[in-house]
Amino acid sequence: MSPIPPVPRFGHGSRVPGWDDAVDLTKDPAVIPDLATTPVPEALRMEIEAAMAKYPDRRSAAIPALHAAQAVHGYCSPEAIDQVAAVMQLTPAYLTSVATFYDMLETFPRPRHDDIYICTNISCSLLGADDLFDAMVRAAAGDERIHVSSFECLGACDIAPMASVNGEYVGPLDADDAEQIVADLRSRRPVLPDKQIRYRRSVDPNVQAGVDQFVAGDHGPRADTAGLPETEAQTDRPGPSAPIEIEPNEPGDDR
Amino acid sequence: MKTILFDRIDEPGLNTLDVYQRRGGYQSLRKALTMTPEDVTAQIMDSGIRGRGGAGFQMGRKVSFLPHGDMPKYLICNADESEPGTFKDRELMQKSPHMLIEGVMIAAYAGGIGRTFIYIRGEYQLQADILEAAIAEAAQAGYIGERIMDSDFSASLVLHRGAGAYICGEETGLLDSLEGKRGNPRLKPPFPAIEGLYAGPTLINNVETLATVPHIIRMGGDEYAKIGTETSTGTKLVSISGDVRRPGNYEIELGIPSREIIYGLAGGPPSGREIKFWFPGGSSSPVLTKNDLDVPYDFDAMAKAGSMLGSGAIIIADESRKVLDTALKLAKFYAHESCGKCVPCREGTNWTLKMLQRIQSGDATPMDLDIMASVQEQIIGNCLCVLGDAMAMPIGSMVAKFRDELEAEIEAARERADGAGLEEVVALGVADEHAGPIPVH
Repeated sequence: MSPIPPVPRFGHGSRVPGWDDAVDLTKDPAVIPDLATTPVPEALRMEIEAAMAKYPDRRSAAIPALHAAQAVHGYCSPEAIDQVAAVMQLTPAYLTSVATFYDMLETFPRPRHDDIYICTNISCSLLGADDLFDAMVRAAAGDERIHVSSFECLGACDIAPMASVNGEYVGPLDADDAEQIVADLRSRRPVLPDKQIRYRRSVDPNVQAGVDQFVAGDHGPRADTAGLPETEAQTDRPGPSAPIEIEPNEPGDDR
Repeated sequence: MKTILFDRIDEPGLNTLDVYQRRGGYQSLRKALTMTPEDVTAQIMDSGIRGRGGAGFQMGRKVSFLPHGDMPKYLICNADESEPGTFKDRELMQKSPHMLIEGVMIAAYAGGIGRTFIYIRGEYQLQADILEAAIAEAAQAGYIGERIMDSDFSASLVLHRGAGAYICGEETGLLDSLEGKRGNPRLKPPFPAIEGLYAGPTLINNVETLATVPHIIRMGGDEYAKIGTETSTGTKLVSISGDVRRPGNYEIELGIPSREIIYGLAGGPPSGREIKFWFPGGSSSPVLTKNDLDVPYDFDAMAKAGSMLGSGAIIIADESRKVLDTALKLAKFYAHESCGKCVPCREGTNWTLKMLQRIQSGDATPMDLDIMASVQEQIIGNCLCVLGDAMAMPIGSMVAKFRDELEAEIEAARERADGAGLEEVVALGVADEHAGPIPVH
């Protein structure tokens, strides 16, 4: 999430008058923009229309449409909202209400090149996510192309502490990996390939037990390599899973 | 134990239709289509399977609540897995997407549903790409669409990507989000089975629940019900994280002792330390301590122990961890994710966060703990959805079970703050508390 510009306040805490001047209560609400007079990139219009066609009610396409507009404009700018509003025939106010609700839709401008989200929720923070976040901020300091932010649970506590780098989940990370991630991003390499979640194997010993039952030979790419180049997809790289071995009971563990 | 959902899940290419079919995939759908929808519902009912998303409501009963007759009905697969500590659906969708699609189609047939959706959280980009490819393959092969496998049954399937909001995992918040609105929960009743998506009857189930349906049809409901305990049937995917040697997803038979999962499968804390507290069912479940390690891991035993099975996400914290740190993370998360519709949740989560921050900064007194406990009581049961409860229950349990530690924390922080304050006064002569703008959160 981009930081919301702070409201100016006096030393004693009250807001400086005029902080809400952007809202003009006497102005008429914005009407639905006319598609004929609103220039919308052809590809964006087609993408939004395709999304609208998938649902019984066209409004359901609001999130996919705003995602698409954000990809074009960098964030949900007033211009982007107007374009979506014109195609979907909704008011800009309605779409703004949606865009401001969701964390992945940005309503403030920001440098948009590389996104690094560090999960700082419970499991990750137990294993050092806060230090990782600091290290990542330091590593990316001064680089305007890289946008580092902390994020709520990304659903990958098995590789905690972890990060989502441009949507690619990597972990478990330590402070040294921060430099490596930044270096990988600068040279446009895949980020930490041996720590990506798509290569991680199940840790369940019962799953491991079934491995020898795989039909050998002519099978497709690995289960979790979708979206990789053809050559990459064939490579069978084990992930960073911990080895499977049931260890003897802890001393004093009377199970 | 024989795995069901995780059976050879690492097999290369399982995300493709070829491999899935070679392993007998879509045979359950074929079998279901030869049965009547009522028989399929009866099988699901017999299996006794309870929802794997958190509430643990019986799926068969949910299906049976749907009104009969010719009307637009909807099925939504809830793949908005955002509960902190939970990551089971991620692995399932990434490695075996066709199992989910088959389950969705069978459940749609049972409920007489013509339009189905999978609502996946926006952060799961890899999983959404895999699912999208799998849906295209399945549609190509005639498992989705008009007259599936030459039967009279037709159903569509649309993958809908969310945009990052925990509240959209709540079923009515999800409905609003899928309708293209802000994801605010709705008043219940009417329940979604009567009036849900686009005001039509809607069946909403978790990824794991739906992915189990093909196996129920394959094995037969009665056979499935033999696994697990009488009221918690079947196997469950458990996500273990935090202070354990081998974090990850494990498929377990419901009813085994929690110790077996935490120490046997996941290896216990790597430091060899003892466990201080653990969440048995995601961050929303009241915490348990090392004294509760022998509680059987099933829905009823967990409820009896004063917690809940929830989404099956176990988070372990060892002795070296401070309760306050975890409580702060928890409160910050829920304060951020509260949608703001109901006052007790919106204000309660923020007040709790501020009180915890006060403990940390040394401005609190032990009386704050009483206030905090009473705030939690004011939240529980007073909101449209359970997001507020989801913070109030674990925080309330932490205050109740670790009061001594929190009191010591308050005292220590006060001493730290007093010492620092004194030095400041000596150094500056006068301490000006109000200098400069107050930071805005």
